[in-house]
Amino acid sequence: MRKVVLLASLGAAAALIATSASANDELIKMSKNPNDWVMPAGNYNAQRYSELKQINTGNVGKLQVAWTFSTGVLRGHEGGPLIIGDMMYVHAPFPNTVYALDLANDSRIVWKYEPKQDPNVIPVMCCDTVNRGLAYGEGKIFLHQADTTLVALDAKTGKVAWSVKNGDPGKGGTGTSAPLVVKDKVLIGISGGEFGVQCHVTAYDIKDGKQAWRAFSEGPDDQIKFDPVKTMALGKPVGKDSSLVTWEGDQWKIGGGCTWGWMAYDPGLNLVYYGSGNPSTWNPKQRPGDNKWSMTIFARDADTGMAKWVYQMTPHDEWDYDGVNEMILTDQQVGGQERKLLTHFDRNGIGYTLDRVTGELLVAEKYDPKVNWTSGVDMNKSSPTYGRPKVLDQYSTDKQGEDHNVKGICPAALGSKDEQPAAYSPETQLFYVPTNHVCMDYEPFKVSYTAGQPYVGATLSMYPPPGETNMGNFIAWDGKTGKIVWSDKEQFSVWSGALATAGGVVFYGTLEGYLKAVDAKTGKELYRFKTPSGIIGNVTTYEHGGKQYIAVLSGVGGWAGIGLAAGLTDPTAGLGAVGGYAGLSNYTALGGTLTVFTLPNAN
Amino acid sequence: MRVIFVVATIVAAAVGVTFLHGIAVADGSGDPAAVKSEDGRYFDKDGGPTYHVGSDGTVDWYAYSGYRRYHSECHVCHGPDGMGSSYAPALKDSLKSLSYGEFLAVVAGGRRNVSTSQENVMPAFGDNTNVTCHLDDIYIYLRARANDAIGRVRPARHEEKPDAYTKAEASCMQ
Repeated sequence: MRKVVLLASLGAAAALIATSASANDELIKMSKNPNDWVMPAGNYNAQRYSELKQINTGNVGKLQVAWTFSTGVLRGHEGGPLIIGDMMYVHAPFPNTVYALDLANDSRIVWKYEPKQDPNVIPVMCCDTVNRGLAYGEGKIFLHQADTTLVALDAKTGKVAWSVKNGDPGKGGTGTSAPLVVKDKVLIGISGGEFGVQCHVTAYDIKDGKQAWRAFSEGPDDQIKFDPVKTMALGKPVGKDSSLVTWEGDQWKIGGGCTWGWMAYDPGLNLVYYGSGNPSTWNPKQRPGDNKWSMTIFARDADTGMAKWVYQMTPHDEWDYDGVNEMILTDQQVGGQERKLLTHFDRNGIGYTLDRVTGELLVAEKYDPKVNWTSGVDMNKSSPTYGRPKVLDQYSTDKQGEDHNVKGICPAALGSKDEQPAAYSPETQLFYVPTNHVCMDYEPFKVSYTAGQPYVGATLSMYPPPGETNMGNFIAWDGKTGKIVWSDKEQFSVWSGALATAGGVVFYGTLEGYLKAVDAKTGKELYRFKTPSGIIGNVTTYEHGGKQYIAVLSGVGGWAGIGLAAGLTDPTAGLGAVGGYAGLSNYTALGGTLTVFTLPNAN
Repeated sequence: MRVIFVVATIVAAAVGVTFLHGIAVADGSGDPAAVKSEDGRYFDKDGGPTYHVGSDGTVDWYAYSGYRRYHSECHVCHGPDGMGSSYAPALKDSLKSLSYGEFLAVVAGGRRNVSTSQENVMPAFGDNTNVTCHLDDIYIYLRARANDAIGRVRPARHEEKPDAYTKAEASCMQ
């Protein structure tokens, strides 16, 4: 007992000493106010859960559009707005316009920011000119522009407080992800896995944009911020040069491992969690070895960037299964014990649950039954292949080799799920996961590297799993056991971030453009409304003037806009099958619009 | 220099097409029918690169290689099978009016189409050997798509890789 008290007072003392922790404390406090939505995932746990319950299973069917707002930009709209008090901050893809709207004044535009960027960055963005949103801290709004400029805007006026260049678009580095403010720092990743960028996460000082630390995904220990003795992987120290020994020669310098996904933070442990993407190139034959630490979950000290633990999900990737998807932090009972957990739905089709303190692997199960490239992850702690997925030769694009077209691999390169974040409800203890239900043929071949040019080296074609026509599912998942609880079929991949609420309702968008509300317990559809364009944005909720609102960006594009625009075809169906699967272009067209919903007034 | 020469030839060919308005099959480079072949390469009546599809559906090596390279270098913007995406044009349609020379010039030098309603930028691939060493392959594949000679998805059958191709690729990709 005495020990506990002592620890508590130590914690308080630490907080006092770290005066720079003010932004952190402010944000933790703000994220606990369900009326606001102050960070991309709602809170540091990345649960995308709101305690608001004015809108519930009984009345959600009466939802109406309250107001709409056009961003004036046509291409793919990912992410969602931030809401802080009377202000809403809406972002758009390139040219990365930001609007501050006054919710107390008929959503009037308070300020607008539109950076001047060299349009030559556009074609270097692998999959449309998307941007996944803004961050807030210490009275500033943070935006990572397409050209990798991280800019701090005064939240009240939109005036630029500082800006810093995070990468080099001339070499293929671009900005698409949302920053995360942790304590006195702004953390940001970088995109460019299809251009051979040596990717990194960087922390900048919230006051002036000065670089505090940078941690690469691959390279020498000092560059990746690993301690050979203290950084752990599956319960063991990683050892010296843990990344270098898994690459041939200098290939790590163009190794990818990009960091374009979402970040989460545990203030108690002071650890930041995120994942790294595919190793470059897509031709596995050209880069022998495990290619560490691509395809990896990282837990890093927020102050120093030093890695506490890592787990590589897909060693020596052969299918472009980036590991960047969100890390959702929950506290749940496993085996009768209260555990601090991290749950991650990987592109490779496996849902992982780990102990987020130590990185111990607890659950690794397929969250789409069609996943076939692996027979599963080795969970035997004494096995030499502990923690590794067992790859089936039939679907190994490395084993089959260059110039060989490997057929019927599930999932496709876009993964059983891509960046579209899942939600978690502490009430049901279920995860709500937007998924892709698509398979592929994949043929790797030799490519050469030229700085700033695509470095891909594979041809692929995608189609729904044999015998099925639905290309997506929206599922409820039990992270403790690794089981699907319910699953709703969707015609297209579900490419929208989900929202769970205390009203027992879960929301998500569809590529045709529907905002849908379903019962958190059963998945039963309770409401749908067709917005002006396909939804690849994330659903958000807030309360203003005593009313709960649901907001979502529509604006089709991104990977989905490329692969699905013309419709997929089944290569096994032979000639005459053209148009066998509906093209998205028959359902929706471009256009960025925010649609805000609420319940009708009682009177 | 070679490009300029080709452009001149193609402009002449285009004029010819206009003159012969109404012929059954033509694209931006005129009649795609192969009249000559050399080491697995096929040429149209003007000497321009073209495709060949046998009666059993066997496509020439270059068109097949073009399918692969297209889906590595081009499809992340222009969509699968040259069908276009939510923001980049369908090249199976573009090649109906774009000539071989224009095609080469756009791929090598890039193109910008920025207006109030769109921000479309095509990068310059001039120094990317994955593209430049396979420019004809990609052109031939897309020319076949523009003329509906090859359908969507991977061609089921293709001619053997010619030795001349292997040698040329090896020296080009270095």
